[in-house]
Amino acid sequence: MSFTPHTPGEIREMLDAIGVGSIKELFGPIPQELRAKSFDLPAGMSEFEMLDRIKGLAVDNGCELLSFIGGGYYDHLIPAVVDHLAGRSEFYTAYTPYQPECSQGSLQALFEYQTAICRLTGLDVSNASLYDGGTALAEAAMMALRVTGRSRIVIDGAVNPFHRSVVKTYLANLAVDIVELPPVDGLLDRQALTAELDDRCAAVLVQNPTAFGCVADYGDLADAVHASGALLVASVYPISLGMLKSPAEMGVDIAVGDGQSLGNHLSFGGPAFGFIAAKKQYIRNLPGRIVGETVDKEGRRGFVLTLQAREQHIKRHKATSNICSNQSLCALRGLIFLSGIGREGLRELARLNRDKAEYAKGLLAKVKGVAVLSSAPTFNEFTIALPKPADEVVAALLERGIAAGIPLGQYYQGAENCLVVTVTEKRTRAEIERLAAELEGVLWS
Amino acid sequence: MELIYEKSVAGRRGVRLPASDVPPAAELPSQYLRSVDTTLPELSELDVVRHFTQLSRRNIGVDSTFYPLGSCTMKYNAKALEEAARLFAPFHPVTPLLPGGERHAQGGLAMLHQMGGFLAEITGMDEVTCQPLAGAHGEMTGIMLIAAYHKAKGNRKKYVIVPDSSHGTNPASAAMVGYEIITIPTAPYGDMDLDAFRAALTDEVAAVMMTCPNTLGLFNPHIKEICDLAHAKGALVYYDGANLNAILGQVRPGDVGFDVVHVNLHKTFGTPHGSGGPGSGPVGVKKELIPFLPVPRVVKAADNRFTLMTDAPQSIGRTANYFGNFGVMAKAYAYILMLGREGLIEVSELAVLNANYVMSRLKDLYELPYDQTCMHECVFSASRQLQHDVHAIDIAKFLIDKGYHPPTVYFPLIVREAIMIEPTETESKETLDAFIAVMREAALLAGTDPDALKKAPLTTPVGRLDETKAAREQNVCYFGC
Repeated sequence: MSFTPHTPGEIREMLDAIGVGSIKELFGPIPQELRAKSFDLPAGMSEFEMLDRIKGLAVDNGCELLSFIGGGYYDHLIPAVVDHLAGRSEFYTAYTPYQPECSQGSLQALFEYQTAICRLTGLDVSNASLYDGGTALAEAAMMALRVTGRSRIVIDGAVNPFHRSVVKTYLANLAVDIVELPPVDGLLDRQALTAELDDRCAAVLVQNPTAFGCVADYGDLADAVHASGALLVASVYPISLGMLKSPAEMGVDIAVGDGQSLGNHLSFGGPAFGFIAAKKQYIRNLPGRIVGETVDKEGRRGFVLTLQAREQHIKRHKATSNICSNQSLCALRGLIFLSGIGREGLRELARLNRDKAEYAKGLLAKVKGVAVLSSAPTFNEFTIALPKPADEVVAALLERGIAAGIPLGQYYQGAENCLVVTVTEKRTRAEIERLAAELEGVLWS
Repeated sequence: MELIYEKSVAGRRGVRLPASDVPPAAELPSQYLRSVDTTLPELSELDVVRHFTQLSRRNIGVDSTFYPLGSCTMKYNAKALEEAARLFAPFHPVTPLLPGGERHAQGGLAMLHQMGGFLAEITGMDEVTCQPLAGAHGEMTGIMLIAAYHKAKGNRKKYVIVPDSSHGTNPASAAMVGYEIITIPTAPYGDMDLDAFRAALTDEVAAVMMTCPNTLGLFNPHIKEICDLAHAKGALVYYDGANLNAILGQVRPGDVGFDVVHVNLHKTFGTPHGSGGPGSGPVGVKKELIPFLPVPRVVKAADNRFTLMTDAPQSIGRTANYFGNFGVMAKAYAYILMLGREGLIEVSELAVLNANYVMSRLKDLYELPYDQTCMHECVFSASRQLQHDVHAIDIAKFLIDKGYHPPTVYFPLIVREAIMIEPTETESKETLDAFIAVMREAALLAGTDPDALKKAPLTTPVGRLDETKAAREQNVCYFGC
């Protein structure tokens, strides 16, 4: 069962044409002493047996839970057109569009994707996708280090803890300082930041909404950051951009984020995609592939991979990044999603998310002993302070079939009683009310 | 063809969202709201379906035609793999990270653990992390592990050695981790020049990165010697698994002496390439490197339950958001289950048979710079055709007109006018024969009617595109910048 079509007769004919007696002979260049010492794997099976086995693993994975968890990956509706169109094999069984004449489909789609990311973020240029939000933030930090020639990254502690961790991993072996500013009430500590803005600071990394769900306006920050010669990098949640001020409107230089919420399944964490967009002057410092418009000899519009002199297959160790394969198909899903729901649809979706979350916030705040952590506005995620450790409460609610949110204790010192609750458009009023009732029950009965 | 933004009609609506069942929230203060419109397209659902269906028809994939793109392993992507991955679509990655949440993620964690076990056995390594999201990401993770190992040992190392035939990602990945690169030339017989290697191998070398078989499709018989020499100098040896499909079940990098391996699931294990991604690049290591692996790590507890380990003080940390491209792993896991031991061995055998067959049938007409038995791919040069001013690119474009996706051209960089053909094991003899016939026709046309090649392609929606204009004008967004 290896999807090989060869008959014994054909194998014979091919060996004859090559001029060898057996397939074994073709492996002659490999010295005997290097041959595999073991290859202990199970016998093969049909697709039906395989699917039965995998179905056994695909149960009991939290699907039965009523979910209020987010933390970077969000449970949003995915219109049927997304699976259907991205499932066309001309897209999903193709490789990177190195030969543009027979790849105009994916090239044009990626150009349209770049345009969508530019419009959402308000920035001038986007690449054709990165791996995920965490690695995109790390790439943005490395971009800022190159652009400024400086050696320090200042990161707001209110940035997603997983993403911060990826940034630290990426920078660990470089001569770079990372300064992490502990958040205040779920938001950036602006006073502490001012002290860090000096001539060594390459970039300030912030997030909107923050990991606590707080919505911020960094507009007043950009001037100070720029005056110090640093870049302002913001990680953003694309669904929120149907409503919230765009990175460009805040003076952000590089915007990144997780694209999962745009038509990509949760899929236990991937595949989805990361996006990166920047002001035009930084285009040559962008990592990864970029699609550009051009014409053929007859003046017909077409699209090609462009500015490839930045990339590893040309520049090798001097490339702007090592990335080769990106997450094209997931980016295509993002584009189809945005096209399907459209301009007004994204606005409506953002509003729906906020309405549901505000309703939940109001209801949970009425539960005895529960308080909303911050007075800052929120989008579809907010932090509540509980009268006892959030770990205990979450574990107890899991017993009742509810994933109530993400406890912050393991990510923030002193936040043991804090819980981030996410409410997307998929949660109904009845489900939100059930969460409030069960929380009350867990706390007080 | 029009762009989706050019098809937009103001006021037109597509997918309808559910009605709200909660009261509307008070508006946010205006300082938090966007005032610049998103100008996303406004289309009906059918408009969207037609648009992307038309786009798909301007693309070709493995399902459409023979796609012998060397180094990329464009084998058939079994449809059952898609079914397998879909089963995991609704699972949230944070569930097992919640207190008491592992209980609600046993299936997913079990698959990750078993996948790691399969890959460890296949590569001959002791432990595997599935976190890296693509091959290059695996390389970077692997080099970070090596850096952490040296740091823990107090070794001061500055350099990473790569052969000049390596993928560009090798030096780029090592540079991302802060190493300086030493590039070793290729000897006339196609392998890394051993004398130059010995001369470059000092105590300051942290790692040697090797692709085996290399990008010329050749197995380096001195590979063990290279590992031994490196180890003697305190360097570790990295195996770039891009070409693992050639040696499945034949050779295991771990047995040879490699310390770190990455595997491209989207190449060797038949998961689709998605027009450029997603890939998946699990990394295998020998025992000494286990403490440095990324967290969270999936471990099997004494009671046979799967649990996540985050407390690893020497770990390099997270290299990605969660557990890797899980959906891609589900497909590769399904592939390994279906093929099993014998099927995986057959992959390497028939991939090598197909490549040697194509090589033997074309080498009278095309220059074969390294004329020896190849593994999974063969690399020709269009140097003979060059005397008629026909370049590798002209042959590639002619192939498009004949209904094929061209082989990789101009890579590896060390072969002038390279044409790198990787048929893969899933292609039949008659497919190869038809392709060989067209390649032979191209070689003859180069002598008799070179213009026929230079004009190609004529059958595609656009002809050859002006890449210089694209780079100069940098028009990367429909609405301009």
